[in-house]
Amino acid sequence: MRFRRLPFIAGFLIVPVVLYVIYVVSPFVQTVFYSFTDWGGFSDTQNFIGISNYTRLFQDDIFLGAVVHNAFLLVLMPVVTILLALFLAFMLNVGGREDSAGIRGVRGSSVYKVVLFFPQVLSVAIIVILFQSVFRTDGRGLLNAFLMALGLVDPNKPVQWFNSPDLVMWCLLAVMVWSGVGFYMVLFSAAMQSIPKEIYEAALLDGASRGPTFFRITLPLLWENISVAWVYLGFIALDGFALVTGLTPDTGGGGPDHASELISNVLYRAAFTQGKFGLACAMGVALAVFSLLLAIVQLRITRRDRIEF
Amino acid sequence: MANQPGSEFTRRQLLQRAAALAVLAGPAAGVLSACAGGGGGSAGTTGTKSATNPLAVAEEAPLDVVIFDGGFGVDYAKYDINLYKKAFPKANAAFSATQKISDQLQPRFANGTPPDVIDDSGANQIKPGTLVDSNALTDLSPLLEAPSYDDPNVKVKDTLLPNVLDVGTYNGKVYLLNYGYTVYGIWYNAKVFREHNWTPPKTWAEFKTLAPQIKAAGIAPWAHAGKYPYYMGVPIMDWVGKVGGKQVLIDIDNLKPNAWRVDAVKASLNAVLELVHNGWMLPGTEGMTHTESQQAFLDGKAAFLPCGSWLENEMRKTTPAGTELTVLPMPDLTASDKMPYGTLRAEAGEPFIVPAKAKNVAGGLEFLRIMLSKDAAKNFAQATSSLSIVKGSADSVTGSTGLASVNKVNTAAGDNLLAYRSVTDWYPTMINEWEAATGELMAGRFTADQWIDKVQAAADKVAADSSIAKFHRDK
Repeated sequence: MRFRRLPFIAGFLIVPVVLYVIYVVSPFVQTVFYSFTDWGGFSDTQNFIGISNYTRLFQDDIFLGAVVHNAFLLVLMPVVTILLALFLAFMLNVGGREDSAGIRGVRGSSVYKVVLFFPQVLSVAIIVILFQSVFRTDGRGLLNAFLMALGLVDPNKPVQWFNSPDLVMWCLLAVMVWSGVGFYMVLFSAAMQSIPKEIYEAALLDGASRGPTFFRITLPLLWENISVAWVYLGFIALDGFALVTGLTPDTGGGGPDHASELISNVLYRAAFTQGKFGLACAMGVALAVFSLLLAIVQLRITRRDRIEF
Repeated sequence: MANQPGSEFTRRQLLQRAAALAVLAGPAAGVLSACAGGGGGSAGTTGTKSATNPLAVAEEAPLDVVIFDGGFGVDYAKYDINLYKKAFPKANAAFSATQKISDQLQPRFANGTPPDVIDDSGANQIKPGTLVDSNALTDLSPLLEAPSYDDPNVKVKDTLLPNVLDVGTYNGKVYLLNYGYTVYGIWYNAKVFREHNWTPPKTWAEFKTLAPQIKAAGIAPWAHAGKYPYYMGVPIMDWVGKVGGKQVLIDIDNLKPNAWRVDAVKASLNAVLELVHNGWMLPGTEGMTHTESQQAFLDGKAAFLPCGSWLENEMRKTTPAGTELTVLPMPDLTASDKMPYGTLRAEAGEPFIVPAKAKNVAGGLEFLRIMLSKDAAKNFAQATSSLSIVKGSADSVTGSTGLASVNKVNTAAGDNLLAYRSVTDWYPTMINEWEAATGELMAGRFTADQWIDKVQAAADKVAADSSIAKFHRDK
C-alpha cells in the first residue's frame, strides 16, 4: 500500500515543488547572494564585499530603530487583535443568555458580523485613504472634528496623530487592529460554531456563567485556531509597509523623524531611493530570519495537546 | 487522539505549517525578488545620417518612452509622440505613463532592457546620482551639438535658456535633460490681497507687519505640506542662499566641513521658526499632504504657500474661479542679504534621460530633439501652464496668471538665480535626514541648532561614506 502511494503523491507534488523552487526559493538564494555584494540595482555588475552589508546594518540607528518599532507591533498587535476578536466572536455566538432557548449570540449579532467583517473586503490602498481622512491633522479630520466638537481639543492646536512621534505607532496599531479584527472574529466564530452545543448546554445546566464558560470551554477548544491566528498576525506585524508608506509623514513614510520606520520601509528606501540593493538584500535576509524565528517560537509556545470532539 | 511522541505529525499540522510558510514566503518573496538581477545589453540600432536625420535614427526602430504622470500630466507627451510619428511613420513609437518610475523601471535597468526615453520624475524617481554612478545613462552631448529642429544653422544647446543644463551635469557631462523650467517661491491669491488692500511683502519686516493683519481677517498667514517637509525647502534653502550668497549653497553641495553651520542657515531657520511660534500657521498644516495644504490655500484658508511653479497646473481642476495665483520671490530677510530682492531659486526640473543600454538610443535622443522644437515647447507651456527650457516657450501663451507671474519674476531675476543639488539630487540619504529635521522644526519640536546638528551630521556621514560616489560643482 505504502509502496504504491509514494509515486502517486510524488506525481502530484512535482509541479508545485518545481514552481515553488523557481519562484520562491531561487529569489531567496539570489537575495542571500546579493546581500554579500555592493550591487546598486541599476546595472548588471556587482562586487563581492563579504559581510560588510551586515556589519553596516547593525550600526545603522535607523534600521535598529525600525527593528524596535516592528517588535512593538509584533508584541501588541496580535495580542490586541486576538483578544478583541475572541471577545466579539464569543459575544456573537454564545454570549446571549436572555432567553431560555440556550446557546445564542447577543441580539443583532448577524448585523454586527457584517459590520465587523467589512474592513476585510477593503484593499490596503482604500484603508490608507480612509484613515488619512480620519487622522487628518486639521479640523477637517474626522477624529479632530469630533474631539473639537466635544471641546476636548483646541481648534488652533489640533492633535497631530501620525505627525506626532508619541502617537504615530499607536495610530498605526489602531489601524492594523481595525483592519484585522473582523477576519479573526469570523475565523473564531466558525470554530466556535463547530463546538457541540451539548457541551455548552451541560455548562448551562451546571450554572456556569459567561466567564467560566469562555475560559473553561471555548478557549481550550479554540486553541489551535488562536495559535494559527497568532502566527499570521505576527507576519502582518513584520510587514506594515503599505500603511507606513501611505499614512506617516516624510517622503516614503517612516516619520516624523524616523518615529515609525519599519524594516520593510528602511529596506525599500535603501534599495529604490539610495541605490543600495546589496544592503537592502541584507535587510531582506534579516527580515526573513526574524520571520522564521517568529514562526518557530510561536508554534512551540502555543503547542498543546489536541482535543477531539 | 493526542499526538503520540515519535509519530508522524498529523495532516492538520502539516497544512498548518505549510500555510504558515506560504504566508511567510509571500510578502518576503515579493520584496526580495525585486532584488533579482540579470544580464545582457545592447549596442543600440542606428540608421543613416542626413540633414533631416542628424542623429542617424533607424527609420523602423520602435521607440519606447516612459512618462511620469505627475503635475504636468501626459497630454504634452502625446503631442510629442505624434510629432515623432510624423517624422518616422514606419517606427512604432509609443509611450506609457506611470507614477512609479523606480518600481517599474528598476528591474528593466537591472536586466539591461530599459526604455529609450524616461521622464525620471516624482516621488518615486530613480535618483539621478544613483544612475550616473551606475554608468546607466547616455551622455547627451550629441543631442546638444546637433542642429535644432527648427533651424539647421542653430545648435540645440543654443535654443535653451541660460544655465539650464547645469542641473543635469555630473562631473562635466550632461546626462539629464531637465525639460521643465521651475520657479520656486511663495504663492498668494492676488484677488484676496486686492480685496483686503494688502501689499505683498518685499521684506521680512513687512511680512511680520502684514501677518497679524491677515490673521485678524480670519485667514492663516501660512500653509505648507507638513507631511512632506520637502516643500519647506523653498523658504529655508532660498533664504540660506539669499542671505549668505551662492557660495553657501555651493559649499553645502560640495560637503565642505561645517557648511551648514553658517549664520545664513541659522538666520533662515529662525525666521521660519517665527512663523511657527507666532501662531501664523494654518492649524494642522504640519501634518497635511501637499494637495490638502494646496487646497486649503486655494479655498482661502491661508494667505501664503511655498511651492514650485507646477502648482497652477497641478491644482487646475479644484481651483475656485477667479483665483489669481501669483508667485512672489522670498522677501529680503535682513538689510544685508548678499543677493538682491527678486533673487529666485529657479532651475530646470523634470529630468528626461536616455539609458545607456536603450535599444534605440538614437531614437531617444531624436525624441528629445523634437521636444526641444518651438512647436513642442509652446505646446508644453500651453498644456501645463509651465515654462520649458526652450527660450520663449511661454511668450505667446496668455490667460494664465500663474504662468504670467512666473515669466515676470524670472525675467526680473536675471542672473540672480539660486540652486542646490546635494539634498535634492546627489545624495539620497541627505533628503531623508533633511526632511526629518525640517518636520520636527515645523512642528515646533526642534530648535534651529538641533536642526543644524542633525543635517550637518547627515552631511558628515555622507562625506565619510566611501560607498557613496561624490559630486562637485563650482558655480
